[in-house]
Amino acid sequence: MDVRAQVSMVFHLDKCIGCHTCSISCKNIWTDRRGTEYMWFNNVETKPGTGYPTQWENQDKYKGGWEVKGSSLKLKSTSKAKYLPNIFHHPHMPTMDDYYEPWTYRYDNLFNAPAGDDQPIARAVSMVTGEPMEIKAGPNWDDDLGGSPIYASNDVNLKGLPEETRQQLNALERLVFFYFPRICNHCLNPACVASCPSGALYKRGEDGIVLINQKVCRAWRSCVAACPYKKTYFNWSTGKSEKCLLCYPRLETGQAPACFHSCVGRIRYLGLLFYDADRIKEVAALPDDKIVEGQRDLILDPFDPEVIAGAKKNGMSDEFIEYAQRSPVYKFVKVWKIALPPHLEYRTMPMLFYVPPLLPVLGSTDNNIYSNKTKPEDVFHKFDEMRIPMEYMANIFSVGKVDLMKYTLKKLMAVRVFKRAQTVGDIEMATALETLHAADTTEEEAEAIYRMTSLPTFSQRFVIPPLHREMAVEAYKDPADFKKSVGFGFTEAPKRGL
Amino acid sequence: MPSLLAQSESLFANLDSVLFVGLPYAAIVLFLYATIRRYVSSKFGYSSLSSQFLENKKLFYASAPWHFGIIALFFGHLIGFLIPREILWWNSVPARLYVIELSALIFAILALVGLVNALHRRATSSRIRVVTSKMDVVILILLLIQVVDGIWIALFHRWGSSWFAGIMAPYLWSLFKFSPDISAVKEMPFAIKLHVVGAFVILGVFPFTRLVHMLVLPLSYMWRRPQQVIWNRDRRTTKS
Ligand code: HEM
Ligand code: SF4
Ligand code: SF4
Repeated sequence: MDVRAQVSMVFHLDKCIGCHTCSISCKNIWTDRRGTEYMWFNNVETKPGTGYPTQWENQDKYKGGWEVKGSSLKLKSTSKAKYLPNIFHHPHMPTMDDYYEPWTYRYDNLFNAPAGDDQPIARAVSMVTGEPMEIKAGPNWDDDLGGSPIYASNDVNLKGLPEETRQQLNALERLVFFYFPRICNHCLNPACVASCPSGALYKRGEDGIVLINQKVCRAWRSCVAACPYKKTYFNWSTGKSEKCLLCYPRLETGQAPACFHSCVGRIRYLGLLFYDADRIKEVAALPDDKIVEGQRDLILDPFDPEVIAGAKKNGMSDEFIEYAQRSPVYKFVKVWKIALPPHLEYRTMPMLFYVPPLLPVLGSTDNNIYSNKTKPEDVFHKFDEMRIPMEYMANIFSVGKVDLMKYTLKKLMAVRVFKRAQTVGDIEMATALETLHAADTTEEEAEAIYRMTSLPTFSQRFVIPPLHREMAVEAYKDPADFKKSVGFGFTEAPKRGL
Repeated sequence: MPSLLAQSESLFANLDSVLFVGLPYAAIVLFLYATIRRYVSSKFGYSSLSSQFLENKKLFYASAPWHFGIIALFFGHLIGFLIPREILWWNSVPARLYVIELSALIFAILALVGLVNALHRRATSSRIRVVTSKMDVVILILLLIQVVDGIWIALFHRWGSSWFAGIMAPYLWSLFKFSPDISAVKEMPFAIKLHVVGAFVILGVFPFTRLVHMLVLPLSYMWRRPQQVIWNRDRRTTKS
């Protein structure tokens, strides 16, 4: 057993209001430079929808992630045999047209236009070429367009659903969508790292954050093609790839990442997970129907004396281990089992988990008037009447396993029924308790889930471990030696080469 | 008073030693000094500066033929320089000579097609123009002259693979041994002289262009483990 720690995340989708504050706070800090305009380290998608870049989940097109070949894992986009012949033109590199061409407006025209018969206008101009352009796409172009035949119907996760079910999703009384905020998952088996010919990408040993060394990146663009979540981006101006860094400078000073800190819906949780690094390869190669449980299994119990001993052996302090024990992510993922990873079938072992949203059940029309006569306690039994098909949710969060998705949603629903019985009182407590048991949970657990979902304080949502940057190499090596590599920052202007 | 003819002759003699002795040494020194300096002081600028993200289709017909062509030609010249005697032995059978010459010509045409496409792409795509520096244009034009001249030589000064071994390899070796002997090169026709001069000009401007990307060719990927983990605490050790 090789016990390692990962700063991991949970996003509670029922709480996301789709305000995009997270995306904006990130953009203002990290991607407001030339060449990064189109980069959204954090983006919020509407599901069902096509996402960003368009249809990123279609790996037949983008070739992201891993596949099992024989008994081993292989990248879909590259290999030791193929990377050199393909280096001059990457066959699976997405282009700006898969994202969008960033634009601004000629605002100065509003002030400087000569007097004339018409109102002056601010034309859209490309932020790449500066030329006037037609705006055809944007970073959240299908925002809120659930039920749209162009966007929602082309959601890759609807694949395999009966045509009739797909059609129903466009019906007015069935209209439904939820928000899907995404950042880099800081995976345990990152395809981006494994694909880089220069070895510019790496995972930090202490906290598992995945980074790109800007001085080693040579624009071979392999990581962009290999990441199935399309969370590494190519800076067309500097000729370097860039990605979400989980705001590590903030984490190292005890602050939550900007998107977490600013999240209006307070949907985000951050904390440590311990895992067994010796078993990553084995778990990542599990068959589709075993991999979700497999990943849960890989996560270790921070209270287990054997795990604690292993953690200490790898240099973790008592204090650090205590933070792991208080991690909200551990509770959501491992104890309560109500948080699931996105698209584990890509086999990168993402370490960002989602509490799936409890979507509304199907309404009915009475004399053409919309009504929903379902009683709260009945909702529990009506999963098959959810507006959004369970298979669809399972395709995103549980590798198609409907039973896992049902287990999660039932538990979440049971917590609501229980709290409703407690606070509103229109449900019998006996019924509520029965519901709890049927959902494999207890009063104590339901109370704990309720508290962590509805009432958590800042420090309960973000249990940021002491990363002790002051104890890293700079502390006992001659700082001058490291002046240009670690600790003293980037001393060279990030200027495009000749 | 020396006659006009003699004067111009000595001028040419001087020009020859400038072009075939002075220029090569200047280019090699500049190449070594500036390339290393650039690597040490601005590593960030070492990049292939790919523009595939901005334009994908035309790039395929530019970059792929260009690189496959030029890399094959590069190794061809290198082999001719390193083992001239073996090349002469190989070429002693005409059929084998034709094989070498024909494949060299094919690679040269590939390179030419790629270069022309690259220049065309840089001239016509507005997105690509934004990421085209002055030095990109300079180097593409220098390379174009060099490749066209190379094809000219292949067609009109036949069997280069043989005379390269007899004339160019000894000349280049003499440069490396610091006892330059230009007696053979200076008798060469103009096209060949231009090719030699072009090569050293390209070498000299090399560190000031995107060509530095070939020095960071990532070969270690072939034997490295897929995952890289770097520790900040304790030592900066790399484990898989
Ligand atoms: C040694 C292996 C080499 C590798 C791995 C390599 C790789 C690359 C890559 C990835 C690009 C960027 C293509 C893009 O825009 O996506 C590029 C461009 C270029 N390379 Fe190479 N290259 C190599 C050797 C060479 C050599 C030997 C030369 C010439 C002597 C050369 C000249 C160029 C030029 C001129 C461009 C710019 C093409 C354009 O205008 O778009 N490369 N190379
Ligand atoms: S989400 Fe993509 S970029 Fe992030 S670690 Fe995983 S493979 Fe790499
Ligand atoms: S800030 Fe929070 S609530 Fe708003 S879109 Fe982002 S994740 Fe959702």
